[in-house]
Order: sequence, then structure tokens, then C-alpha cells
Amino acid sequence: MLDNWLYIGLFIVVALFIPAVAVFLPRLIGPRKPNAIKQEIYECGIETVGDAWVQFKVQYYIFALIFLIFDIETVFLFPWAVAFDKLPLFAVMEGVLFIMILLVGLFYLWRKGALEWA
Amino acid sequence: MGDPINLISRWFNDLLLGWGVAENLVKVISLAIGATIVATLSLATVIALIWVERKIAGRLQDRPGPNRAGPYGLFQPFADIIKIFTKEITIPDGADHVAFNIAPVLALGSVLLIWAVIPFAATVVGANINVGVLYIVAVGSFGVVAVLMAGWSSNNKFALLGSFRAVAQMVSYEVPMVIALLTPVLLARSMGLNDIVAAQTPWFIIVAPLAALIFLITSMAEVGRAPFDLLEAESEIVAGFHTEYSGMGFGAFYVSEFLHVWTIGALIATFFLGGWSGPGVETLPVLGILYFYLKTFIGYFVVTWIRLSLPRVRIDQLLAFNWKFLTPLSLAVLIVTAILDKALELAAVERWAYALMMLAANLIIGWATVLILKAIEPKRKRQRVEFTPRPIAVAPKSVDNVSSR
Amino acid sequence: MSGLEIFFLVVAVVTLVAALLVVTTPNLVHAALWLILALFGVAATFVLLNATFLAVVQVVVYIGAIAVLMIFAIMLTRRVMKDSGPQTNSNWVWAALLGLALFGGLTFVLLHSDAAGVSLPALSAHADPLAQLGQELVSPNAYVIPFELASVLLLAAMIGAIVVAWKN
Repeated sequence: MLDNWLYIGLFIVVALFIPAVAVFLPRLIGPRKPNAIKQEIYECGIETVGDAWVQFKVQYYIFALIFLIFDIETVFLFPWAVAFDKLPLFAVMEGVLFIMILLVGLFYLWRKGALEWA
Repeated sequence: MGDPINLISRWFNDLLLGWGVAENLVKVISLAIGATIVATLSLATVIALIWVERKIAGRLQDRPGPNRAGPYGLFQPFADIIKIFTKEITIPDGADHVAFNIAPVLALGSVLLIWAVIPFAATVVGANINVGVLYIVAVGSFGVVAVLMAGWSSNNKFALLGSFRAVAQMVSYEVPMVIALLTPVLLARSMGLNDIVAAQTPWFIIVAPLAALIFLITSMAEVGRAPFDLLEAESEIVAGFHTEYSGMGFGAFYVSEFLHVWTIGALIATFFLGGWSGPGVETLPVLGILYFYLKTFIGYFVVTWIRLSLPRVRIDQLLAFNWKFLTPLSLAVLIVTAILDKALELAAVERWAYALMMLAANLIIGWATVLILKAIEPKRKRQRVEFTPRPIAVAPKSVDNVSSR
Repeated sequence: MSGLEIFFLVVAVVTLVAALLVVTTPNLVHAALWLILALFGVAATFVLLNATFLAVVQVVVYIGAIAVLMIFAIMLTRRVMKDSGPQTNSNWVWAALLGLALFGGLTFVLLHSDAAGVSLPALSAHADPLAQLGQELVSPNAYVIPFELASVLLLAAMIGAIVVAWKN
């Protein structure tokens, strides 16, 4: 059991090491001639006005919120699906009920208009 | 005899033990070598994929594709690699240097990490953990963090806006993707990828075609490829979150995208196309690797084909499609699959009848969905905006008056 | 010291340092990124305890959803690049004292509980803790009511969040 996780731990090291080498190697072999105009922030050739912060739609945040709720829901459902063999029919229906309650939530959001982008 | 890879690894372990290396150290060394081989192999595949994809794109668009460097343009990716490694790295003013440099590494690493749990053959499985499916979802969330880091640290409006779009899209499509993944988990009664492959008699694409379709669509959106490539809509936000990256910084994002598409092929093969299973794998397990790669290529080809065929969607369409169509549909599929699976298990039907009824249930859901969509559609008829052309400039009223004065 | 113990120490130190940096770094986005590292350290600790399901859930929910939500919130409300200011206000002494008291209290309780020093029996190799968890979650003798209540709670959270955040 832990052997598998040791493999994953080693894989994390390898999977970060190889890209890190790839990203930092050009610093040694590539040219390095910085100048003020080259370092400028790209804005389609126009000089940048203000900083990078612009007003964002609150909708981005709302979708992240809804995602969080559904994420937690699915986490609960995974053990239920794994144990499916040993579950009697009513236990299956309990899982279905769990999903239904969240479907109600989704339809509430829909009616409320929280799923609209405009 | 049919399992040369484990044979080599056992021989290697014995060799090290024979040299008097401690047992635990031998384990760590051989696991590290295995991880390095799998990771390097995945990255090497990308080199081939860049050529393959450009060739497919060329053929589908009625042009030859790369054909100058070497026979059939085969050396093109190597030329690209040499070029990208020798390019100058520019970092924009006011950027957050540390986050700016870590982001591409994390993006590529998060895709590579999926390969730690993929079963290549019955006996070549990497890490066979009992939470494999959730592990894949977990690793994907580092990709989201990498995109946020890249967008924020660039100190660029387009990059920040692009990363916001990308993250909104990635987290939204993760919901139906995870729910669609619940279906194979439920059918196999396990989250371990090797167990899911072993449980596929018949393949899950027959038992759960709708889940497979939802998984295909949502994982394409996760990568952000056409038709879901709004995060790099050139006409709106330049190149999205990697606008400010040059050289290998951009290269890492590029490679991670290509590898991610290939990984999606591998996941589709594993979850729905029976992974390494095929004729003759019982006697010769190493054949499984061949089957696995063949199926992976099929999944990869479909994704590429769709990418090259469809135009980009709008952001409101993108999110509405996810929340108002894919999410309810995936939940409905899950509910029906769960109830029907249990009912058929209690009725103790034969395996082929089970598969047939599952397929029928999926077809009925699909048909009902189409009917519902058709019923809804007339209400939202497209509003045609009448446009009467208006002259941009109007000629002066009467020139005669001016001159007579 | 065995390899596992060394690994645990490394993970623990990284987690604690990252957690400390969360509250001391002046840049809010940096704080969120350090928080991600701290959460990842907790996930690694779960793996060491053989609680692998909790480990992946930790990453999926805390890093994949909550940390991303936090970064969104920061970027929506603050000017992103140049946001820095004092990290403490005049109450920081009390907060530190409260934190120390909590830590002391928890340590005291843990040391004096019956479970202190008792090592649990190892899981048998054939047991499938995940399937057991799934069974317990929907079994009437175990956690079915909390399970369904969790669903209702999530529904309430979703509605509440929308009511608060969604003002037309």
C-alpha cells in the first residue's frame, strides 16, 4: 500500500524536476539581452494604462462557489459507488435521494438566474 | 515469459541486492527508475504527437502539413525543440518572478502526474492505488492553480482575464466530468484504475455510452481546446494566461496541453475502452501495452478531429452548456445507472442481457434529452435584428447654396 | 530513524513553515499560494497515516476548490500586484495567546485521553476501507442521517451563498 504512494511521491519529484530543468536550461544556453522596451507589458502595442487589475464579473466567483458545493457532493458519492456491491436497494435509493436534493439546488439556481452569464 | 518488463525489474532488483545494497534502498531506486521512465516516455510521446497532430491538421485542411525537415517532415519537432530551447526568456516589468517561473513547471507536472496511476498492462500498473479516480481529479486541481499563478504573476490585463476565464471554465466542467467518472467507478465497484479495466466485460462504452460522451466533452473543455478554447481567444484576450511567456516558459504550457490531450486519450481508453484488455493478454500480458496505446490513439484522434472541425463557442454558451445541460444530464445518467444496475443485479440477469439493457437505458435517456431540447427550443427562437444600413458620412446638403453666397 | 519518520519530519516542517508564512507574508496572493502548500502538506500527512481517501479529498476539495475560491475572492476585491499592508492589528497579542492556549489545550486533551499512546491495530491487507466507508455512510445503523443531512446542508449553503453574493 505505502509502496504505491512511495512511487507517487517519487513521481512528484520527477514530474516537477524534468519541467524545472526544461524551463531553467534556456537561461543558461539562450541569449539574455534585456532592455526596457522588451520588458514592457504586452498590450497590443499600446502603452499600458494602469495596473493589471480590472473590474471582474462577480459571476466568476458565483461559478466557483457552485463548483465547490458540487465538488463536496461528488466526494461523498465516491465511497457509495465503491461499496455498491454490498448495498441493499434502499441504500442505493438513499444515494439517489442525496443526488436529488442537490438537483433541487441546481434548479433553484437556474430559476434564480444565477447560471446566466449576462 | 510474457512479461518482460517485470522480468527486467526483478533481475535489476536481484542485481542490486547481490551488490549488498539495503533492501529498502533497492525498492526506492527501482521505483524512482520506474517513475523516471514513465515520465520521460510520456514527454517523448509529445515530440511525436506534435508531428502527428500537425500532419492530421494538414490532411484535414487539405494541405500537406510539415514536409520540409527530414522525410515527411519528421524532424520538424526536433527543429522546434532546438529553437525553443535557445530563445531568450523575457519577464515583463512588475511580474512576480517566483510565481511566474513556477507556474509552467506546475502546469506540466500536474499533467505528467496523471501517468503515475495509468495501467499500461495487467502487470505494468505504476501505482495501483484504491483511490485512483479521485487522485486524477486531485492532480488536475494543480493545473488550475498553475493557470491562476501564471495569469496573476504576469502583471498583464489579458493574462489575468485569460486565467480567470480558464479557471471558471475548468472548475465548471470539472463537475460533470467527475459525475461522469462516477459511472465507471460504480460499474466496476472500485476507484482503482486497474480494477476498472479488469471489470470491463463488455467495455464500458457499451454499458455507459452517455457517460463516455460526457467525459469526452468535459475533458476537452478541461484542456481548453477548440471548440472550448476561449481562454486563448486571440481576438479578445491575445493568448490568454500565457500571453507574457516566451521561450521554454511558453513551451512548457504548450507541451502540457499536448500531453493533456494524449492523457485524455489514455483516460478514455482506461475508463471506457477496456484499457489493456484484448485478445491474448492472459497468456502474454505485454500485449496489453500495445492494445492500450492503440486505444489511446483512437481517443486522441477523436479529440483532435473535433478540435479541427468545430468553431469556438461563446463564453455564455460555454457555461450554459455546462450548467444547464451537461450537469443535469450527467446526474440523470448516474441515477438511472445506479438504480438499473442494482435492479438487474437483484434480478440476477445474464451478463449480455445486463449490457443490452444498460445500453437501451442510455439510448432512451439520450433520446429523451433530444426530445426535451427540441421541446424547449421553439420558445427561444433566435431574435432576428433587422438592420437597415445607415451611411457613415452624409454629403453636405446643398453645395450650390454655399457657392452662391 | 526510519525513512518514514524522516519523511514525516520534513512534511511537518514544510507544513508549519508554509502555514506561518500564510499569516506573515504581506502579499495576499502569496499568502493564498503558501496556504496551498500547507494544505498539500496536510494531504501528505494523511497519506503517511494510510488515510489515502482523506488525502485525495483534501487536495480535491481544499486545493482544487477552496483555495481557488479564495484566490478568486482576493483578485475580485483587491488590486492584485501591489497589495501589501500591515499584517497585524492591535489585537495580534490576544490572537497569539488564544492560539497558544488552543494548542496547549488540545495537547493536554490528547495526552490525557484514553487513546493516548495506544497504537491501533493495523488494517488487514484484505479489508477495503473505502467500501466499508461507503457502506457505513448509507447504513441505517450508522451514518445515514448525517449523510442525508450533509446533502441538505450543502443545499442550504448553495442557496445561502447565492442569496448573499447575487444581488441584481
